[in-house]
Amino acid sequence: MSGARISALATLRSQIERIETAEVVHHHDRVALGHREVDHALKGGLARAAIHEVFCEGRQGAAATGFVTGLAGRVTMRRPLLWVRQDFSELETGALSMSGLAELGLDPRRVVMVRAADVESALRTSADALACDALGAVVLELWGETRQFDLVASRKLTLAAQSSGATGLLLRMAAQPLPSTAETRWMLRAAHSPPGPMWSAWGAPRFDVELLRNRHGPCGRWIMEWKCDECQFSEPSAYPQPVAAAPAHRSDPAVLQRRVG
Amino acid sequence: MGEPSIVVIKDNNALVIHALDEAAERLGLYIGQPLANARAMCPDLKVFDADVVADAKTLSDIADWCDRFTPLVALDPPHGLFLDISGCAHLFGGEAALLQTLVRALARQGFAIGAAIASTSVCARTLTRQATGSIVADGGEAAAIDRFPVSALGADETITTGLRRAGLKTIGEVASRNPSEITARFGARFSTLLAHALGQGDAPISPRKPLPDYIVEKRFAEPIATDTMIAMTLSRLAETLIASMEKQGKGARRLEAAFFRTDGVVRAIMVETGRPVTRSVVIDRLFRERLDALADPLDPGFGFDMVRLSASRTEIMVQEQRDLDAHVHDNDELAALIDRIAARIGGKRVVVHLPQDTHIPEHAVLAAPAQHHLAAAMQAEWPVRAESEPPLRPLRLFDKPEPVTVPFATVPDGPPHQFTWRRAKHAVVRVEGPERIAMEWWRQDGKQLTRDYFRIEDAEGLRFWIFRDGLYEGEVFDGDGKPAPPHWYVHGLFA
Repeated sequence: MSGARISALATLRSQIERIETAEVVHHHDRVALGHREVDHALKGGLARAAIHEVFCEGRQGAAATGFVTGLAGRVTMRRPLLWVRQDFSELETGALSMSGLAELGLDPRRVVMVRAADVESALRTSADALACDALGAVVLELWGETRQFDLVASRKLTLAAQSSGATGLLLRMAAQPLPSTAETRWMLRAAHSPPGPMWSAWGAPRFDVELLRNRHGPCGRWIMEWKCDECQFSEPSAYPQPVAAAPAHRSDPAVLQRRVG
Repeated sequence: MGEPSIVVIKDNNALVIHALDEAAERLGLYIGQPLANARAMCPDLKVFDADVVADAKTLSDIADWCDRFTPLVALDPPHGLFLDISGCAHLFGGEAALLQTLVRALARQGFAIGAAIASTSVCARTLTRQATGSIVADGGEAAAIDRFPVSALGADETITTGLRRAGLKTIGEVASRNPSEITARFGARFSTLLAHALGQGDAPISPRKPLPDYIVEKRFAEPIATDTMIAMTLSRLAETLIASMEKQGKGARRLEAAFFRTDGVVRAIMVETGRPVTRSVVIDRLFRERLDALADPLDPGFGFDMVRLSASRTEIMVQEQRDLDAHVHDNDELAALIDRIAARIGGKRVVVHLPQDTHIPEHAVLAAPAQHHLAAAMQAEWPVRAESEPPLRPLRLFDKPEPVTVPFATVPDGPPHQFTWRRAKHAVVRVEGPERIAMEWWRQDGKQLTRDYFRIEDAEGLRFWIFRDGLYEGEVFDGDGKPAPPHWYVHGLFA
């Protein structure tokens, strides 16, 4: 390849880079998750107005659901959450239970559920919903490998999210990651409770979280815990239950760190 | 004229004539005649089996087609239709022109029909049987029908025979008798029927569909078939509809678009909304979504010659101060989004959740259509969760608890030590429980068993919600009435 062509390519690349980052920086504000190292890797927190993918093995579906629910709880900021799911995933891992959602500290009143029959209508519904600026987040729950969710579909979702400011969360159970335009991609597993006797109560939900892809920072693997009372993630605690009750009047760290990106 | 043909139906184990054509009628065959007799009279009859269901379907299709003349169409089975054309006739150039248009169009579609216009439905029906095409002015009913035989009234066979035996052959002769005699001999129902036929009082017809609050329609001299034309027509109609509703401060909750095809097929498409619609753009978009997602797309065939848009449910609009409150704007946007999704995939597939007052986990939450219950769900009172407790209810709940095999568990109310679910073994590492949930004996019909729920973590860190269905030695019995080990189920998964 001649030098001129290489330099032309380099110019084009830098142009694309500039276009993409300009777009991204312009739109994003970030929401801190509460786990220090993860927030550091994410440059301050999870980007809103973008798409995030959460993958898991088939039997880890509940853990991944918990993680996605937590992310949704962080980014929605008291706005409605639209949860789009495919009929089949309900047979495989059970239906999302609103009592369980409430137990995690989230508000079931703000959840609207869409029961899509197949992947196509689920995709179309979520693209439509992501373009609606009244929503805080849209969760798209798909089970298994799908050919319909390709780069074009992913791009569509990203553009819709950027235009409206809503966050798209993709819960992909029993699926392998494919190229996409997602801002981050996670692999989820359930983590053990901290060691203790068999009859001692388990603690808060714990996740073994692997960040597989991060467009604007490093990847990594951490243990994260969901604090139901504070409605945020945290470092894993050594004891299954909090020793003292958490203070009632605590400022929301998400609000403090919103304008980082 | 071809061979005579008849349609037969089974009546009291004998095949009798159900319907016949003109050629057969000319041979002297009649409805109700046994097939064997008919065959004896005319050996080369063409015989067909009756299909009552298809007949009813055809009648209802014709009624759909008749919707183009008036929204008030009532069925008069087995083969009649009533059309209430009060206030509609002038749109078609008067009563005579309407009647002619209707009869010609149906004849072109291959139906042999009798039609008449009168001021009471019974009188009109009597006329169709004897003097098709006649139009009777108000007050002229008695004169118009008094020379017809009593059978034309359409009363029961026994009454018609009774009247004939009494020597009363025509309607006029019956009418000339003292009404109290007729009532005493043939019952009040017959004398009411007679009075209606003579124009004294009228029985209301019962239309198939309720009258919509607002109707707008567009007819085409040249049928339209392209998608763009259909979309354009719909948006024009939507504008007119909104304009007429706006005058009365109404918004539409349910809209129906009816497409009348030139060959007589009518297709109706309905959309519902969660909030009253007052903008034609919204109607436009809802119908576009709906038409896009139809499982069997709109088939224009040779084109539509009429499109009608009606608002069958409307509500009074309350004008709100909107611009200052972002929250109200958000709710409106959300409601509009829900309407669009519901138009595409069906209203039952978009749900919100309402808490229910019960301890039974599978009944604790009711999923209700979001279009109708959004406001209620936004204000629902959910049970408050216990502070600084881990979740007590699973995040994913199985609609039907899934059975697990438990080789051994601590008796009488201990947890399992290991279990097999979906062919995979899980060793129990952590246990919390039991949480005993007794069934609601005041609601259930059959006997339901007490459940002991355990929250279990396995060696991998997966968390399950497992229950034992029934108490040991107390609730579960085998076929001989001896205590049997209860079954175990997975009911949900924790995060």
